[in-house]
Parts: sequence; structure tokens; C-alpha cells
Amino acid sequence: MKIVVPVKRVVDYNVKIRVKADNSAVDLDNIKMSMNPFDEISVEEAVRLKESGLEAEIIVVSIGTAKCEETLRTALAMGADRAILVQTEENVEPLAVAKILKGVCDAEQPGLIFVGKQAIDDDSNQTGQMLAALLDASQATFASKVLVEDDSAVITREVDGGTQTVRVTLPAVITTDLRLNEPRYASLPNIMKAKKKPLDKKTPGDYGVDTAPRLKVLKVQEPPVRKAGVRVSSVAELVEKLKAVSVIG
Amino acid sequence: MTVLILADHTAGVLADDVAKAVGAATKFQKDVHVVVAGHAVESVATQAAKLEGVSKVLLADDPSLEHALAESVASVVVGLAPQYEVILAAASTAGKSVLPRIAAKLDVMQISEVIEVISADTFARPIYAGNAIQVVQSSDAKKVLTIRSTAFDAVGASGNATIEAVAVSATKNPTTFVSNALATSERPGLASARIVVAGGRALGSAEKFSSTLSPLADKLGAAIGASRAAVDSGYAPNDWQIGQTGKIVAPELYFAFGISGAIQHLAGMTGSKVIVAINKDEEAPIFQVADFGLVGDIFELIPELTNAL
Repeated sequence: MKIVVPVKRVVDYNVKIRVKADNSAVDLDNIKMSMNPFDEISVEEAVRLKESGLEAEIIVVSIGTAKCEETLRTALAMGADRAILVQTEENVEPLAVAKILKGVCDAEQPGLIFVGKQAIDDDSNQTGQMLAALLDASQATFASKVLVEDDSAVITREVDGGTQTVRVTLPAVITTDLRLNEPRYASLPNIMKAKKKPLDKKTPGDYGVDTAPRLKVLKVQEPPVRKAGVRVSSVAELVEKLKAVSVIG
Repeated sequence: MTVLILADHTAGVLADDVAKAVGAATKFQKDVHVVVAGHAVESVATQAAKLEGVSKVLLADDPSLEHALAESVASVVVGLAPQYEVILAAASTAGKSVLPRIAAKLDVMQISEVIEVISADTFARPIYAGNAIQVVQSSDAKKVLTIRSTAFDAVGASGNATIEAVAVSATKNPTTFVSNALATSERPGLASARIVVAGGRALGSAEKFSSTLSPLADKLGAAIGASRAAVDSGYAPNDWQIGQTGKIVAPELYFAFGISGAIQHLAGMTGSKVIVAINKDEEAPIFQVADFGLVGDIFELIPELTNAL
């Protein structure tokens, strides 16, 4: 079985971003970039399935500038088998990303597609569901447990109020949540080996996808700042303050 | 043209955030319809019909819609879509699962977690864990959006919309339901609670998390939440996590106990009206957003606070 895992290069999880002074965008100059954390979880899950005996070829895909090759190499060092870089200088929206991924899936015919539930830059939480729609495939969002059984998989999903378990028919798109696994760090020998693994370069045009944005960003602004509050010195003073603002009786 | 809201519901009860989704829908100043998809959900439709500002409730009731799986629900809404200009849902786990599937079927680029409807085609939404607000204008003929329910006021429940059944052509769903494991709690839900009591890793264990926070939450009728660190440490269930990738809350009163205040956590709670932080580290970033900060030992101060209320 083939497993496709899209990976996105995003601002590192620990970076506090700033908005550009002209309010046109977030300032990304000289900022540390990493693989989207949910995509690391997706790669890890695919690698674990393979390690547990599932006969699989893991194909990682990234859509973006030439620098996305670093992200793909990281995924290859974690244990993916080969990579596809769909190179573009444009900012590609989730709908167009899903269309490109559909092109990749049409060509590769994977049984499983693991997609991070959201990218921590634009927080859209759309791509996996959109890809499932375009493929007319089963979808299971927010997976915290994956059990593959022949031509189906049993997925435990994190939902409001607890969990839901569903059975998807393969091929299926599974979006990965925080608690599915803890991704490994690639070892140095594996990082070296990853440099020799195959990486194909494509363009959105190769999949016949128009990436022209549907959303025009009019501006990007700082969120409203909460004004600094006061320190209290005791529980009694805290209770008094809370009563004064009428949030408790 | 009209706005269509997809209603979220569990066990015959309409979700609280549907009233807020209606609040968001009224900003379009158009007719508002609600679709309820499920099996044996007439009572949910009755509840939705009471929401002020809703003129019609569409009831898609069919055995194939039991458990409201995304594939089946999306297909119902896509079937209704030609008559609607805007399709929206609250960004609950259900809304987040279904709406992008609908958007892709309609070839529309969805706008997620909208916090402000600026005009019929222009919306504000947080990006980067709320560290920036993006204003986008959609060029799609139809708009598909999820709304962040904490950003909108709920409408009242004295409305009287008509309920109309819609035909459901059951298609075979490649996904089947196996089971639900939903926590039953006497406490209010995190997203709709007036008061939230949240704990971090400083609580030290699952037992102490519960024994320290529960008495205060019980006394205040509050929901209990947790930081990611507390959830990762196994002190609290996953769906209690507040933050960028967990629940977004905006209660009237938010207590952060032993939570340092990572940006990802702040993303989930800075919309709260009043924030109280108790932490032994006086440099903790949580104090920068707290209205009232108290430096000290949570294991002494929380019981003292519980007794003082």
C-alpha cells in the first residue's frame, strides 16, 4: 500500500510572529521555519505503521518554494521513502492545495492519506476534508488512534465532549490530532541517508491546478492588546476585586 | 438569497453555539435558514425553530444520517446549496469536519474561524494562534464559513420559524459509525460556560488536578479546562485542552491556576472578560494578560479561594 503524507513548511512553533508595519502580512524574514507539528505526527504515524509490519511505501509531498525541500528531507529522515516537491512561489490556499494533492493521489493511488489537522500558520483546518471531498473518499478528522485492517481502518476521533470511533473504507483521508503519537527526532545516520532518497520536482501546472487565490488579503493586523491588570496580594483582596466587577455574587 | 446554517446537535439537544452562529448569520442582513441533519431529530428542529432571526428550519431526518457522519451530512448540504448564498456553521469539531467537505464540493475556498463579518464578502479571522488578525475578501460566488462562536452573541429563543422536511436520498457512506465515548458531566460545557477554572502542569497529578479544582468548579458552577502541558501529562482528558489547537473559550471569568501562559494557550482564552491568574512564578507570561494576578502556592490559595466564595 502507498501512504501519502503532505508536509507544510511553517513558522516554527516557538516563534512569536510580528505583523509587518504596513499591515500587509506577517513578517517572515529571517524567521526559523519548521515542519508543521501536525504533519510531523502524520509522518510518524505512517512510519510506525510501516515499522509494525504494514507493507507500505511512504510518499511525502510539499507544496511551496524550493526551501520546502528541507522539510521534505526531514520527513525522509524520519522514515518516509520518497518525496514530491510541487514547486511554486505563490501562496497556495487550502482548496488549491487539496486539488494538487488530488492530482498526486490520482497518480499514486494511495490507500491512506495522513493530513495534519491544521497548519499552525493560517489555522484553517480544511485541507484534509477538502481532499477527501475531491477524492470522494472516506474521511476521519482529528484522529487519536489508527488501526489498519485490510481494506479498512478503525479510527478514534477527538470530538467535542470525548471521542468517536469510526470505520473508514480505504482509500481514506485521516487528519491527525495532537495525541496520535509523539514524533521522533531523526538520527544523524538517517539524516545522511535521507539526502540520497528520491525527490521529484513538479509544478501545480503538472496537475492542471490553477492556484490563483480566491481570497484577497486586505490587511493583516495585530490583535487587540489586553491591558495589563493588577496584582493582588491575598485571596481576600482577589474576592473583593471580583465582586467589584460583578463576575461573582 | 439566504444564509444557511448547519446545526450541530448531540443526543437530541441543539448545540449552544448554533444560537451564536445565528447571531453571526444575522450580520448578513438576509433571510436565515437552519438545516438539522440526523435521525429522529425533530426535537432538535423544534429547538432551532425558536432561535430569533431564523425564518425556516430544514429537517433532514433519515436513518442514513444517524451519528451525523461528515460524508452524509455534507451531501445533504451540498444538495441544498444552490438556493443559498452563504453556508455557515460554528467551528465545533462537527462544523470543522463537515464544512470544508462542502466547500470543496462547491469549489469554494472556505473562510475558517471568522470573528467578524465586515461585509457580505469581507471577513476577519485570527491566524498564527491569534497573534495576527487577517481581513480577507472572498471572490467566490458562494461563501462557506465557520464562525468562532465566542466572537458572536447568541440570539434569543422566542422565535417561531417554520419547519420543513427535506427529502434525503440516502447514499452509501464509505465511513461507518462504531462507537462514541462521550463524557457525561453535570458541569457546563467548556465552550458555553460562564466561568472556566483551568489548571496547568503545576497541579502535579491527575488526582491533585481533580481534587484541587473540582471543589471550586462545583461551587461556582464552572467548567474545568486545562493547558496542553496538563493534558500531555495525563492530568486531564484531551477535550479539556484550551488553546490554539484545542478549545477556544471566552467566559465571563477565567481562572488560570499554575498555567505559565504559552502563546498557544493564550490563543484559546484571551477573549475572556475577566482573567484571574494564580502562579508561583511571578514572571509567568500569564500575568501579562491577567486582570488580577496573585503570586503564590496554588495548593494553599485554591482551597482558600474556594472557602472564601
